[in-house]
Amino acid sequence: MATLAQRLEAMWAERPGLGSWITTVDHKKIGVKYIYTSFVFFVLGGLESLLIRAQLARPNLELLDPDAFNQMFSMHGITMMFLFAMPMLSGFGNYFVPLMIGTRDMAFPRLNAFGYWAFLAGGVFLYSSFLSGNAPNDGWFNYVPLANKEFTPGPNIDFYCLGLIFLGISSTGGAINFIVTILKMRAPGMTLNRIPIFVWGELAMSLQIVFALPALTAAALMLELDRKFGFNFFDAAEGGDPVLWQHLFWFFGHPEVYIVVLPAFGIASAMIPTLARRSMIGYTYIVLAEVATALIGFGVWVHHMFAVGIPALSLSFFSAGSMMVVLPTAVQVFAWLITLVSGRPVLKTPMLFVLGFIFTFVIGGLTGPMLGLVPFDQQVHDSYFVVAHLHYVLVGGAVFPIFGAFYYWLPKVTGKMLDERLGKWSFWLIFAGFNLTFFPQHILGLLGMPRRVYTYEAGLGWDGYNLASSVGAGLLTVGIAITALNILRSRRRGAPAGPDPWGGETLEWASTSPPPDYNFETIPRVHSREPLWDQPELRRGAQPVEAGAYALDDGHQVLSTSVVDATPQAVLHMPHATAWPFLLAIALTALTYGILLESPLLSALGTVGTVVGIAGWFWPQGETQET
Amino acid sequence: MSAGVRDAAEGLPHHAGGTRAFGWWGMVGLIGTEAMLFGSLVASYFYLRFTSGPEWPPGDIAKPELGLVAIMTVVLWSSSVPVHIADLGIKKGRQGLLRWGLAIGFLLGATFLVMQIMIEYPQTLEEFSPTTNAYGSLFYGLTGLHGSHVVVGLAFSLWTQVRAWRGAFDERRHVTVQNFAMYWHFVDAVWAVVLVTIYLSPHL
Amino acid sequence: MRALRRGHKLRAVGAGRRAPIAVLSTLLTAACSGPASMLEPRGTVAARVEGLWWLIFWIATVAFVVVLGFLFVAVIRARRPDEPDRSSSPSGERFVIASGVVVPAVVLIAVFVVSVRDTSDLARAGRSSRLVVDVVAHDWWWEVRYPNGGVTANEIHVPVGEPVRIRLQTADVIHSFWVPRLAGKVDNVPGRVNWTWLQADRPGRYRGQCAEFCGLQHAKMEFVVVAQPASEFAAWLNDIASPAQAPTGVAAVGEQIFLGTTCVGCHAIEGTEADATVGPDLTHLADRETLMAGAVANTRANLARVITHPQAVKPGAVMPPTDLSPDQLEALLDYLQGLR
Repeated sequence: MATLAQRLEAMWAERPGLGSWITTVDHKKIGVKYIYTSFVFFVLGGLESLLIRAQLARPNLELLDPDAFNQMFSMHGITMMFLFAMPMLSGFGNYFVPLMIGTRDMAFPRLNAFGYWAFLAGGVFLYSSFLSGNAPNDGWFNYVPLANKEFTPGPNIDFYCLGLIFLGISSTGGAINFIVTILKMRAPGMTLNRIPIFVWGELAMSLQIVFALPALTAAALMLELDRKFGFNFFDAAEGGDPVLWQHLFWFFGHPEVYIVVLPAFGIASAMIPTLARRSMIGYTYIVLAEVATALIGFGVWVHHMFAVGIPALSLSFFSAGSMMVVLPTAVQVFAWLITLVSGRPVLKTPMLFVLGFIFTFVIGGLTGPMLGLVPFDQQVHDSYFVVAHLHYVLVGGAVFPIFGAFYYWLPKVTGKMLDERLGKWSFWLIFAGFNLTFFPQHILGLLGMPRRVYTYEAGLGWDGYNLASSVGAGLLTVGIAITALNILRSRRRGAPAGPDPWGGETLEWASTSPPPDYNFETIPRVHSREPLWDQPELRRGAQPVEAGAYALDDGHQVLSTSVVDATPQAVLHMPHATAWPFLLAIALTALTYGILLESPLLSALGTVGTVVGIAGWFWPQGETQET
Repeated sequence: MSAGVRDAAEGLPHHAGGTRAFGWWGMVGLIGTEAMLFGSLVASYFYLRFTSGPEWPPGDIAKPELGLVAIMTVVLWSSSVPVHIADLGIKKGRQGLLRWGLAIGFLLGATFLVMQIMIEYPQTLEEFSPTTNAYGSLFYGLTGLHGSHVVVGLAFSLWTQVRAWRGAFDERRHVTVQNFAMYWHFVDAVWAVVLVTIYLSPHL
Repeated sequence: MRALRRGHKLRAVGAGRRAPIAVLSTLLTAACSGPASMLEPRGTVAARVEGLWWLIFWIATVAFVVVLGFLFVAVIRARRPDEPDRSSSPSGERFVIASGVVVPAVVLIAVFVVSVRDTSDLARAGRSSRLVVDVVAHDWWWEVRYPNGGVTANEIHVPVGEPVRIRLQTADVIHSFWVPRLAGKVDNVPGRVNWTWLQADRPGRYRGQCAEFCGLQHAKMEFVVVAQPASEFAAWLNDIASPAQAPTGVAAVGEQIFLGTTCVGCHAIEGTEADATVGPDLTHLADRETLMAGAVANTRANLARVITHPQAVKPGAVMPPTDLSPDQLEALLDYLQGLR
């Protein structure tokens, strides 16, 4: 009789080959695709920022013409938010959430596959705008009436609206998938107060996507109707209001910040106890703080609109809300700090990125409440001070943890460690380059330099800071390139990672590196928040069935467990590899281009393809659970 | 069971319905995000109403006529009853209740859609279109968004019916029916919001 | 902060073209000084905001130093990996609540109160103004109208020491009115009338610039606020509402050229039949310091380029090129340069 591992392998392995790259529904393969694809977009967004910094290095340069500059900063923002940060964090979530909660896949594997293909297609769609030189050029915030047909007659903004609606489908599907996975698939015994903080972060992110993203989708839909069919939602002359766009955009746009930083905070919270060799102090407060941030995050959007001419009373209300959001953030920062100082930190590269993250993010966190003060905000709003602030928050709060995660978690993915020496070089270059790029921008803002200007004149005291900022961007690039090389190099020459290179406490370290297709030989029963530190049998391989583990070895199955206590409720059968999600994404792409190009043929083909794609997807196949 | 390891899973049901099924939670998530989509448009409606002048609807547009809409409302809401009966029926294994409940629900939903497209819109379009002003955009935008959800619901219903007539569901396996019913009730519930916003609020 | 002030002088020393030294000195000294620096306020509103800034700057600095201290301790406690410490830490959790909730809440409430008081004090102070100036933003310049009918562009004259209310509107997209040394910004929004006010405490020229992204030439949408003693301002205001002196000689020929070409389709000049409002009013063009909203200095050569090749001066500007013979151009320039 075959061993348990062999039987599971037979049921969970997908056929190898190029085809499986398209048809896979394995959360790990999809996670890896997310991570690498979004890294490519990170490079593209980075190149755009380098062009921006080159143009602004000195006064009156003419490297880029004004329209090219506008396309660059618009695509930089769109790329970093929608094509890098969100999918990168979804990628890590995809890979690690099922491992950390002890299950074998995501709740909806085909939706997961579709989410990736829709993300890729949406990204390619947005970038195809460069082919005709008509990339979105009115900023990621895309204010009307500038973005109306009258003032931007080209297809630039149609790419924006349709692209974001398309990407929204991907993110929403992914978010629902995370929510159900986290609520319903946790290993037996992993009660709510034992969920790893990273998983809480992904849950908070997903809830925000589900409830905030529709505002952006609605806004993009309304604007596209205005542009293509002459609707008047945003036309002041016809009873519409351009400020409505701003409300809808920022109702999404501010939570978007937390969508990006909450899971990244989760990454830091995953690394800190392991690398500080200490249980997290204030776990409960951190979790409550993440939830509170997600909630308060919905009540602060107007602080992006303090100069619009909104009545003073509602300004005060939103100002107070923006102050309040500091508290849960401070709780997390001080919980990390007290854990770090009462532990024995191991200063390996991921820990450096954690320390760098706290350093930079705290600066952004301190300028944040300043921007919530109405009179001060009215001075620095739309100046470089805000550019500095948001990069300290988003690069500090998300990019540093993500780079830490490359060093901390990629060994689990590839089985190979990254090089420490290169890692330290990379960290210090990124840290120095980042601060050199963005710290002077605070001063530029105070010196009156507005955002989104393609050039500036000499003699305003701005020259030196701009030059420093551009030099810093170069350093930052080198630092990032070293990590990219380090990742490539590790695949051939990296030291073997072993299952648990860091002595971690969460379940992903109970599996081999890389994990088998079925993740765990047995679905373990969990008795604490730090199962690997508490249950030595988990470090010695599979938990035996006698100890309460589940083998689930007579089918392609997962456990459905209860939301609060993670008590097993049912065995559900999971779908197998399929090409339908891929084909559906292709059909939707055709439909999107059809609308963009106003081509009835392409639109019709896309619509038919979409219907066929959905039908094929849900066509009953054997044991698969019905969805 | 085959030569599997004997573990505690042997006592657990397979193909569970209700909140044990992932699909139930997925549908709740979808409904949550869709509700926010409608919420965004409803918020836009009231935002534009209260930032525009005292006259609403603006221009020479009359207040919405309520007779036809009352009939449409009755038709749409009554469709939830057979769908609910179908849902309850299959949980007890009653194939007949399932098939006829779905069919009647489908016919009522389709009637609503036909009334909207063939009777209501031709009437209102004589008076104003989406391009007339922001009010027109809101009127057709919100009712159109709802209508498109009815279309999706009808397609979903057709799919469920085909499978129901082929005997795909029984008292243990009916997640699709359950999800369709949830979606359909949601589309009906959202109509209440559309009704109050578009048709009733201008009369207040 | 002392370092910042001192840096101002150091910068003058290193002002040569020796790039490395210039860069270094600029970097090190972090001079917060410049023609648009909000930290060198010259107006009531900006001065109040500067006070608020230093309050929050010092609070932020203290908070950051505390965090740095923790990071420093974390680094010096660094060790090789060993068995994890599993103990719970009630005192640590109390610390998290005290430093994460209690202390920041107290500080933030205090700062919030100061900020709200600033807002309401400033709003009250603005109400006492007697002069209202209309500022209409266009792609990409500023139309300025005074109650006596005087019209100009890209420069706003105000009397020193008096609050002036500004009524903000836009002719096209959203723009934002910002004079960092005098007051914070308020947007010009289609379909709305927004109000702001400013008061210059000293005579001078204060740089303003559009702060809301408004398309191709957002970067070149500047204006200047000229603060003058009351009597000077009164004279200027009187002057701006009356036509320029009548042209003579070649300039009179230039006037006919102006009136005979496409110029009149967009521009107005008081005292002539040119009264279009698409582009800036040119009645007192020669008095202005820059052309095309700060794109270039108002010199004869630049004016010639603006007329013949506006798209080279400011790509995307609404102004079309005008084809003129050299003689015609010279006459037109004579005319325009006489508009004082």
